[in-house]
Amino acid sequence: MTLKLISIRNLMRRKGKAAFILAGLVIGVATVVGIISFVDATTHDIAHKLEQYGANILIVPRTENLSLTYGGMSMGGVSFELEEIRESELVKLTSIRNARNIAAVGPMVLGVVPVDGRRILMAGIDFKAAGILKPWWHVQGGLPDENGVLLGAEAARVLNLTTGDSLVVNDRSLTVSGVLESTGSQDDQLAFAMLATAQRVFHKPGRISMAEVAALCKDCPIEDMVQQISEALPGAKVMAIQQVVKSRMEMLAQFKHFSYGISGVILFIGGLVVLVTMMGSVRERTDEIGIFRAIGFRRSHIMRIVFLEAGIISGLAGVIGYFLGMGSARAALALFGEGHSGHVPFNPGLAAEALILALTLGLIASAYPAAMAARMDPNEALRSL
Amino acid sequence: MSYIIAESLEKTFGNGGAAVNAVSGISFNIAPGEFVGVMGESGAGKSTLLGMLGAMNAPSSGRLRVDGIDVYGLKQEQRADFRREYLGFVFQSFHLVAYLTVIENVMLPLAVTRRAGKQKRAMALEALSQVGLADKADRLPGEISGGEKERVAVARAIVNEPPVLLADEPTGNLDSRNSREIMNMFQRLNATGMTIIMVTHSPECAGYARRILQMSDGRLVGDGTPADKN
Repeated sequence: MTLKLISIRNLMRRKGKAAFILAGLVIGVATVVGIISFVDATTHDIAHKLEQYGANILIVPRTENLSLTYGGMSMGGVSFELEEIRESELVKLTSIRNARNIAAVGPMVLGVVPVDGRRILMAGIDFKAAGILKPWWHVQGGLPDENGVLLGAEAARVLNLTTGDSLVVNDRSLTVSGVLESTGSQDDQLAFAMLATAQRVFHKPGRISMAEVAALCKDCPIEDMVQQISEALPGAKVMAIQQVVKSRMEMLAQFKHFSYGISGVILFIGGLVVLVTMMGSVRERTDEIGIFRAIGFRRSHIMRIVFLEAGIISGLAGVIGYFLGMGSARAALALFGEGHSGHVPFNPGLAAEALILALTLGLIASAYPAAMAARMDPNEALRSL
Repeated sequence: MSYIIAESLEKTFGNGGAAVNAVSGISFNIAPGEFVGVMGESGAGKSTLLGMLGAMNAPSSGRLRVDGIDVYGLKQEQRADFRREYLGFVFQSFHLVAYLTVIENVMLPLAVTRRAGKQKRAMALEALSQVGLADKADRLPGEISGGEKERVAVARAIVNEPPVLLADEPTGNLDSRNSREIMNMFQRLNATGMTIIMVTHSPECAGYARRILQMSDGRLVGDGTPADKN
């Protein structure tokens, strides 16, 4: 016979109350675990996508001119013809400290060319790098070879050209290999050719107008990488395209704060459930506590019985809450994860935190009922004496 | 030589004009091994006095000494230890813990002692043997009769071999046959040297005691043998 046995037997006897307390704690813990798992998985997923998709560093020639474009409206003064970068200089990017964080480098040469009496902007690019830099591209037709050209949706419409048609650019005949589906970006206005082809058309062999870099930026300091590239290419201006990343991360941070707020409220309610139920249980056990006190249990023994009961339920709630939370996170990711695999790995750190959270909440919420039980006057508790 | 010394014990409930003296300046001595019955009409203060003797109800004034210990000079937790070491309680309505088996109920006073589990069980079985219930050790209180419950309560009271047994109307809920069994049991325990103080309404039960304290309106109005009362 031990105090632990008394606690266990009492829990077994009052299964309904124990289940109620368990449910209150499980809901609280599962909510916290679910939200943390969901947010972590989503953050990881976004970071992973950001790592894989799109350029986030831009290398352009250094210029003293100010941009004369605003909101897509150009007022002249385009400066890309002033001072191009040597294509060969891009090799230097492989030797920067964070070179392993570079997923792709896309050199681009730009020029204005006349086509059927209209002036269009032509871009020579590395189509292999474009696969990483512009994953949102969908081409109707195929990618161009050295005698081909890929038209943006708007350019094809304005020039009234489609796949298989030919156009003459600076006395070179190029075949339209494909048309880009509308992207909603400036790419819709352009004609894309292979880098070498465009360099020949513009008479700029070995020169590029700019380069896009996809950096794996989850764990890398993008500002540092910008600094490192600037040092490697002193004649170029290097900029980080952080707006999208930042806005996504800020949105996620806001969601995180909101979720933690909700979790806090649910935990508070869970704590209240434990408090009220334990108090009811203590009141129901007045006689029993009176007997314990009469036969020589100290106040600390009574408190230990109550805390043991709370500890057993809380421990169980921590374990159940963790797995339920993980399950909820998986279900939420499957439903709202937009392509997320729904896989949430077992996280021993989070499991331990869930257990500690449940125990802390359960024990804190039981402190008052335990003190109330311990303060009970045995003489009043046992009215017969 | 006195084992229990009550000096001018007084217990007042309420304040000012609403104050009620449940026990008014009672003094008596009890020698070790005595079997004392406390009698009196309802409201005479018997249970209040037993509560004070049981270290559970601090007197408004006066002093209680047991085995030389000033009981109410002890701190709360020390008084709990005192109850565990010196006193055994038998209540009128059994007060068994419903979710514990008979033997677990008997082992309760041992739950907070540093004895090995096997020793606790052996002591509880020995106490149950003394009250003739060793064969019902693993039953729940709901599965035994009223008389058996009272005997379990006695076994629980004596399991740690306290020098003093306090009983409050121990046969109040029992028929005459079970009452006799309990009283015979008390006599056997008393014969081993255990001091017994029993509150009772019943003259038959009081007849088993060797000394009767008669109370009325919170005062001690008689102190003699059962024969004196008759």
